[in-house]
Formats: sequence, structure tokens, C-alpha cells
Amino acid sequence: MDTNPPRAATDLPNPLPRPEAELAALEAVWESPRGWRRITEINNNFIGPLFVGTALLFFLLAGLLALVIRAQLAWPGLTLVDPATYNQLFTMHGTVMMFLFAVPAVEAVAIALLPAMLGARELPFPRLGAYAYLIYAIGGLSFYCSIFFGIAPDGGWFMYPPLTSKENSPGVNTDMYLLGIGFIEISAIAGAIELIVGILRCRAPGMTLGRMPIFAWAMLVFAAMVIFAFPAVIVASTLLELERAFDWPFFLPERGGDPLLWQHLFWFFGHPEVYVIFLPAAGMVSMIVPAMARTPLVAHSLVVLALVGTGFLSFGLWVHHMYTTGIPALSLAFFAAAGFAVSIPSGLQVFAWIATFAAAPRRIRFDTPTLFILGFLFIFVLGGLTGVMVSVTPFDWQAHDTYFIVAHLHYVLIGGMVFPLLGALYYWAPTLGRPLSERLGKWAFWLLFLGTNVTFFPMHISGLAGMPRRIYTYPAGFGLEVWNAVSSAGAAMAAAGAAVLLLDVAKNFRLGGEQSSPWRAGTLEWVTNTNYGPRSIPRVRDRYPLWSEPGLAKEVEAGGHYLPFTATGRRETLITSPAEAEPQYVAVLPGVGWGHVVAAIGTAGFFLSLTGEFLIEAALFFALALGGILAWLWQGSDPGPLPPREADIGGGIVVPTYATGAVSTASWAMVCLMLVQGTAYACLLGSYLFLWLVNGDAMWPPPGQGLPVAGFGLAALGFYAAGAASLQAAARLLAGRSPWPHRLALALAALLLLAGTAADGWALWQGGVRPSLHAYGAASWALFAWQGMHAAIALLMAGYTLARSLARLLDAERRQAMDVTRLFWIYTAGQGAVGLALLHLFPRLLA
Amino acid sequence: MRLRRLLPALALTACSGVQTPLEPWGVQAGLIAQLTWLLFGGGAAIFALVLGLLAFAVLAPARLRRAFASRRFVLLGGIAFPAVTLAVLLAHSMGISRALVLPETERPLRIEVIGRQYWWEVRYPDTGEGPGDMAVTANEIHLPVGREVELLLSSGDVIHSLWLPNLQGKLDMIPGRVNRMRLRADRPGTLRGQCTEFCGLQHALMAFWAVVQEPAEFDAWLARQQAPVPPPRTAEQARGMQVFGEAGCGACHAVRGTAWQGRLGPDLSRIGSRLSLGAGLHEVHRATLAGWIAGTQDIKPGNSMPAYGRTLSGEDLLALAAWLEALR
Repeated sequence: MDTNPPRAATDLPNPLPRPEAELAALEAVWESPRGWRRITEINNNFIGPLFVGTALLFFLLAGLLALVIRAQLAWPGLTLVDPATYNQLFTMHGTVMMFLFAVPAVEAVAIALLPAMLGARELPFPRLGAYAYLIYAIGGLSFYCSIFFGIAPDGGWFMYPPLTSKENSPGVNTDMYLLGIGFIEISAIAGAIELIVGILRCRAPGMTLGRMPIFAWAMLVFAAMVIFAFPAVIVASTLLELERAFDWPFFLPERGGDPLLWQHLFWFFGHPEVYVIFLPAAGMVSMIVPAMARTPLVAHSLVVLALVGTGFLSFGLWVHHMYTTGIPALSLAFFAAAGFAVSIPSGLQVFAWIATFAAAPRRIRFDTPTLFILGFLFIFVLGGLTGVMVSVTPFDWQAHDTYFIVAHLHYVLIGGMVFPLLGALYYWAPTLGRPLSERLGKWAFWLLFLGTNVTFFPMHISGLAGMPRRIYTYPAGFGLEVWNAVSSAGAAMAAAGAAVLLLDVAKNFRLGGEQSSPWRAGTLEWVTNTNYGPRSIPRVRDRYPLWSEPGLAKEVEAGGHYLPFTATGRRETLITSPAEAEPQYVAVLPGVGWGHVVAAIGTAGFFLSLTGEFLIEAALFFALALGGILAWLWQGSDPGPLPPREADIGGGIVVPTYATGAVSTASWAMVCLMLVQGTAYACLLGSYLFLWLVNGDAMWPPPGQGLPVAGFGLAALGFYAAGAASLQAAARLLAGRSPWPHRLALALAALLLLAGTAADGWALWQGGVRPSLHAYGAASWALFAWQGMHAAIALLMAGYTLARSLARLLDAERRQAMDVTRLFWIYTAGQGAVGLALLHLFPRLLA
Repeated sequence: MRLRRLLPALALTACSGVQTPLEPWGVQAGLIAQLTWLLFGGGAAIFALVLGLLAFAVLAPARLRRAFASRRFVLLGGIAFPAVTLAVLLAHSMGISRALVLPETERPLRIEVIGRQYWWEVRYPDTGEGPGDMAVTANEIHLPVGREVELLLSSGDVIHSLWLPNLQGKLDMIPGRVNRMRLRADRPGTLRGQCTEFCGLQHALMAFWAVVQEPAEFDAWLARQQAPVPPPRTAEQARGMQVFGEAGCGACHAVRGTAWQGRLGPDLSRIGSRLSLGAGLHEVHRATLAGWIAGTQDIKPGNSMPAYGRTLSGEDLLALAAWLEALR
């Protein structure tokens, strides 16, 4: 592997030794505030490990709930908890594990490790990342505490209406879920956007897509899946909350709704969710296995293909959870085939890992990370095989909603996610701080491995012996006693493993300090990494640069490669092109601040107040959140061009230190956000059409409700178009000499959008469309409400842009606010046009 | 807790019948059971193979394991092998799916089962027009042996799911929809079934019994469900019947041949001959009936029936239970 001879110090992009002042300046710029002010820090090296720790805390908290469940089920007829508490326990266990542990944990690992792995100083939107973390931590902990007050959700993590409708669940428990989890989804999406732009634009020069580490690929697919899957559950939660709060009947059959609409939306999110959790873990395994085997991953490109393929296929699987709803057998066959197909990429990765182990030049050492990987393979292969079993439709008709499924899903999730994650913890701890103990790690592994199997393997049997899920007790005499007792004993064993793990982390792990590379791995995160990331940014020529260029780590640490300094005296990272990773510009990043902290407290407070229907508090928190966000944007975003306008990053490469327009990361993030919005809107359009299918032409509109008035609809269309044109003009006029034409065009655009939205809604009201009488009206008004929300955001953005212009913070070059407003505005106008076409034309075509 | 009182009763109900797809009593469950064993066998073999390969890759001497360190191995094991296996499995399972939903006969015996929080209403629509006329029972499905049955599944409140694993896979009961399930029981006896879609507080206590009978016995049972109930035979039973009226039980419960035709709760016309009380919870006799009426909210908190322990005197309670027990 040692292919390249060491380079002379003078051949490096930046000759060594470096002037001493350079490092001091870099350190000063990236220095963290001390003490309690540390909460304002946004650096990924701080937020990332904190994020990982918080996610692991939720893992333990949700695990504690599971221990109570296992104690209650240890023997028939126990009464440790009452039924109401039990139902909250299993609902919270699932919800916390899925939403507060699994997804955030993998996102957290990415935020902690990806910049180092990609050779970047930081991800492009550190404040967004810190904000996402804070709302997750504050909101998640408050949400968890609801169990102590008996107001935790109790309808299962899948929340099927009509059990969760107002009539059957009048308490706030359900709202706790819909609002509490709903906004944590927003955190996941914010993280996903940060990751997509980070992975595509912040890689070290020369790290082409082909040379990018597998974990980055996995996170790219992960983030794309979050963008296309999570909007579905946000829309579903919104619809159910609208039904509960305002009596809009989306899911009530007596008024044209359908409970199955929820199931389609929920599982359109829920099935990809499984792979959202698994793919990053698979990515971690693909990093750890080559390092432990000291050889490159076999069939690297096939593994990438498998990750991408899984991402696509997983969206064709949601009906897997609905085999028993009475959907015709022929369409089920299609989904069964899709289920089989998605197992192929997973199997392919398993074989790639086996092949990589087989390729090891020396004997494999059974260090703790290796043990976790081997344990993962054992558990995951078993869970994968039962997964194929349950996608066989007739078998699933028996196994569905029994303990067989409980066994299967825990094998897949614990095997497919928890074991790789814990392996990753032991593997990567030395890059973040002090390593963990090998001795305690092996104890933790064996207790967890045996505990997991002893807990969950018997559940296959109890399921087939007739035990349904989500029951707080079961009768004696059906052969269930033994299996349940064994499962409970296994749970105790796994808990002991978790306790050892906790002990190890508490006793040994300390952030920062001397970093080591005990496994001698080949990827960039093993170069010494501090607050500012690597001392300098290398050119990548290989998938395992530290193996192919043995001197590289030392050169990087000495500052011999690109950008070993701060060019503008601010925090910076190098932005490169998405495919070939050629340097494009040096992006100035925001620093520490209070804005995102205030915004996070406001956001969490807003949603929690809404849950309890404290409307005044909600309004205050909303104002706080908005104020925080505006303050953070105003201060830190788009600082404008700073001197020097260009920087020589080394090796004769000169790049600008400022960028706007299509090349800027801000525009990329806005495009990602538009994809999120578009997906959510598509879910709403789909809901409208689904409800039409259920009701039939004759009931669309139903007697007593009319069609939206065409005249107003046409007017709305005209206003939307004129508003968009006016905004385009405003963007162009920014280049003019006087700022006033630009400002006037902006104001005109805002007025036109307002008029369009009013006409849009008036068309519905005048046409006699009423939201609470029938699903037709509810679906129509939901589309309008969504459009109205976008119009409100667009107006806010226009106001912000205008304010920037008035404050002379906006001009022909410094124009980020204008650019992102333009993108969002065009999207909003387009969305409005699509909505008008559906609401006005579709029911008329039926007539 | 008070719930502890019912534990012995929970144990009692488990005296006959098992609830497992692995002991099929009918043709549909038989097909699925065959498929299940095939899946288990195949799955176990593949598991052993993959783990064997892994062990070999990790433990074997380098010169031997190198044979697997290639892209070709990944393509063969990771794509070719599963693609072929799964294609065969898909074809096979589709055939079984079709056999499971295809009707055998044009005129099966139709039975309506309506899921309610937390009990089952069972109706025989071929026997009459409205619920007052046709045979109606609760928490118990009687089936003639050897005859194809079509269950018409619906719900009165939230989503439930009917699972009678020894005869057929489960199927959901969804408000606003009617799902159809075909099955045939091939031997007489008693089977247990249960709700498998989480339906609220007492989802755990929503079971039922399926009673498979010889055709003549079944016909006789069906006729008895439609007949008016016999008059009270003892003074105590007569008093019990009177209490039933005075306490207002008839507002929710129906009794054939009387003015009481409530439909919110289970039809009690033949309650004395049923196998269970409280949806699979207790055996039916005087003591359990009296206990249930007095303490229903302690035994199954959250069910729709109010407890009468404070409103009825001990004597009246026992009289009521005696009359109900005599409704056979």
C-alpha cells in the first residue's frame, strides 16, 4: 500500500515550516467560549459529541421503559402497572427509540465525524445544526417527561385514527405526540439539509464522489431519504391535529374520511424510516470493517450502488405494514416483490463485508469494535431473514401484529443499528477524545449480545404461539409463560450490558485532548482534529489517503496542505465542486451567538404550549422563536465580501472568499428545502385524490358543498403570476443604481401575493366549500391552508429582504437574502398554481 | 391492585383450544403452516450458510479465505443467489395467496363480525333481516365443520383485527369498510381467537372463542339463538328478570322475546350457554356473572359497562346472575 514516497517539505502546497502566528490566529478564531457560555458554541466538534451523547441518553431512557414492559410481561396476569400506564409505556418506548434515539443518533454521528472524514473544517450551516440539536434536546426531554404526568401518548407510535381521533382519545396525550414529535421531525430535516450540502460541497480537494468514504455516501442517501420521507409524517400529523382541533374530518368515515389515509401517509414515511436508520449504520460498518481488516472494502462501488438502490426501493414498500387491511392480493404481490428486492442490496453488503474480512492480510484481532461488527452480522442476518419471511404475504397474515414481528423488528433495529453504533462508539472514540476501555467494552458486548438474543429470540416463538403485540397481560395455560419469562431475563442481561457501557463512557471518555489512531485506519478523520478541524486540508488521491500516502497525516498536521490559515480572520471552510471536488471558494462561517439558542427555546416552547392549548404562551414563544431566527440571520448570514477578496490556499490555487448565486451553499440549501416542501405538498395532493377515490365522483363535491368559484380562482392565478414576475424584477433591479425601484418591486410583489392568497381562499368560501362538513371540504381547505402558510413565510422573507435593503446590507453583490427569497417565492407561486388547478379543474372534470 | 382478583379466572379460561397458526384446523391455515415450515427451513439453512462463511472469513488461514476476497464472490452471494431464491419464493407464495382468497363455493355461510371496544358482536345474516330477527351472539363464533364460511368484518368504533390463527390469517376491521375473510374448519372443537390491532385501553382483554360443531348441532344452536328465551323457572330467576328491567340493563342489552332490545352491549339472549364472559375473560356461571356486574370496572377498567356493585343489593345481584345463567 505504501505507494508514494514521502514528499519533501518544500513540495507541499504550503511550504513547511509554517509561521507561528498562523496557527495562533486559527486557534483564536475557532476558540470556544468557556463555562456556561459554551451553550452558544456551534462548532461541530462540540455539538456533534453532545448530540451523540443526548441520543444515547434517550436510548437508555427508552430502554428503561422497555424494562418496565418486560417486568410486567414476565409472567401472566402481573399487575405491576395498570393498563393505561402500560399503553403509554409501549407507545413511548417505540416513539422515543425511533424519533429521539435512532434517527438523531445517526445524524449526530455524522455531524461529529463527517467534517473530519471529508477533510472540512466545518459543515456549511453550523448554526442550523446547533439549532436542530437544541430543539431536539429541549423538546425531546420535555416530551419524555410527559410519562411522569400520565399525559404521554398512548395510541402506539403509529397513532392509528380513529383510535387517536378526538372522540376516542380526548386527552392531550395524542396532541403530545402530534406536536411534540412533529417539530422534532423539523430538526431531522434541518440536519438532513445541512448534511446534503455539507457532503456535496465541503469535501477536500480531489475527493471525488468515487473517492468519498462509504459513510458519507450512506449519509447522503440517508439525508435524501429524510427529505422525501419525513414530510409525509409531518403532513399526516398536521391533518390529524387539524381534525382533532378544528373537526376537519380527514379520517372519519361517517363524513367521507378514511382511516387508511393515515396508514398510507404514515407508512410512506415509516417504512423508509427503517432504512433511514439502517443505512448510516451500514455505512459505519463499511468504514470499520476495512480498518479492522487493514484492507480496502471489497466491491466498494457495488456497496455504493446498494446504498443508493436501497434508498429508492424503500419507498415502494410502505404497504408491507398494511397487508392485513384488506388490500387486494394482487397489489400485495407487487409490494411483496418490492420487499424481496430490497433485501438484495442488504445481502450484497453483508457479502462485501465477509469478503473484506476474507481479504485481511493478517489475522483478524477481536477488538471491541470487531466484536460489535460480528455481533451485528449475526443479529442482522437473522433479522433480515425473518424480514423476508414477513414480506411473504400469507405468512404475514399470521405473523402481523404478533410477537413474531416484535422479534423481527428488534433483530433488525438492534442488529442493524444499535450494534454498529456501539461498535462505532468504541472505534471512533479515539478521534474525539480519550479511548474507551477494551476490557469493559468486551463485557458490554457479550452482555448485550447474549441479552439481545435471549430477549428477542423467544419472541419468535411466543408470537407463533399466539401472542399479539401491545397487550399488557396474557392468559396462563397457552404455553406463553416460559418464553416470556426467558425474554424478561434476557432484558435484564441486556440492561446489565448497557450499564457496563455507561460505566465505561463515564469512567474513561473525555472529549478533546490527545487523539490517537489505534486501528491505523486509512481515512481522513484519523488526522488530528481540533476545534478548527484539520490544521490544513489535503488533496485526496485515493479512497484511503492515509494508507496510500503514509506521510500525509504529519504533513496535514504541520500545515503543509491547503488553507492552513484563516484567510479573512473569521471561521471558514473550503467549498468545492459537488462531483470532482475542485476548490470553488472559501466560505466564511458564522461564529458563536445567542440567536439560535433563543430560537430553539422559543420553538420548543411554542409547540409544547400548543399541546396544552396555552395560546397566549404559544404566541409569546412564537415571537421569541421568530426573533431569535431573525437575529441570527441578520447578524451572521451573508456578512458580505470581506478582505482579502481572494485567498491563495496553497499550491497556486486562488479562490474567492465570497460567493452568491447558484454556486453558494445557501442556494443549495434552499433547493433542498424546496424538495421538502414539494414532497409535503405532493402528500397533500395525494391525500385529496385518495379521499376522492374513496368517496367516488358523485360525492366530490358531496351534496351541500359546492365548487370553488372559478372567477376568483383565475384572479388568484393572475395575482400569483404577477407577484412572481414583480419579485423577479426586484431581483434584477438590485443591480440598478438607485435602490428604490428594487424596493418598490419587492413591495408590489408582496401585495400581489397577498391579493392572490386572499382570492384563492375566497374562491373556496364563496363556492360553499366548508372544512368540517365533509372530507372534500377538509382536503380542499388543507391545501389552501398549506399554501397560505407558504405565502406568509414568503411575505416574511420579502420583509426581511426589504429591511436588509433599507439597512444597506443588500446590494448587487451582497444579495443572498434576495436570492433565497426569489427561489422560495417562485416555489410558492408554482405551488399555488398547482393547487388552484387541482381544486378548480379536477372536480369540474368529474362532473 | 384490585386487578389481582381476576387472575385465577384468567387461568381458568385457558382450559381448551390453542391459539397458534402452527396447528391448522382448516385448509387455509394448513396452506400457511406449510409455507411457514418451508420459510423456517430455508431461512435456517441460509443463516447457517452466511454465518459459516463469515466464520470462515474471520478464522480460516489467509491462504484459504483469500478465495472469498473478491468482487465475484460478492456478486454471486449478494445478487445471483438471493435473486434466484427470492424469485422462486415469490412465485410459490403468490400461488398460496391466491388459494387463500379464492372462494371455494358460491354460497358460503355468511357471518358478520363487528369489532367493538372491547368485544365482538357476531351475527348470522342468512337467518333473518334485522339484528332483532337474525341470530346474534357475542364473543363467540359458531361454525359448522367442513363448510366454507365467509366472515364479513367491520367495526363499530376504532380499528380492530380478527385473528383466528388455527383457521386463517388475520384481517382488519376498519370503520367505514367491510373486509371479507373465507375459511373452513375441518374438525370440531373449540379454538381461541384475539384482537390483534391495538384498539385502546383493554386491547389485551379482547378475545373470543370459535366453536366448530357438527352441522346438525350447529343448526340446532342457530335455531336456539333466534328463539325467545325460556320463562324464569324459579322465584329467584323471576326476581332476577325483574331486577334486569329495574336496573335498566335493557337499554344496552337485548334479550330475545322480551321488550329489552338494547344494542350498545352484547346480546344476552343465550348468555348462560356461552363459553366466556368479558370477551374471553371468564367462564360463565352465577359467580362470575355476579362479580362482573358488580365490579366490571375493576375487572376490565375502561370497558363501556358501568359497575353495579353499589346500586344493586347482594340478593338482587345474585338473583340477576341466576336468571342470566339460566338463559341457555
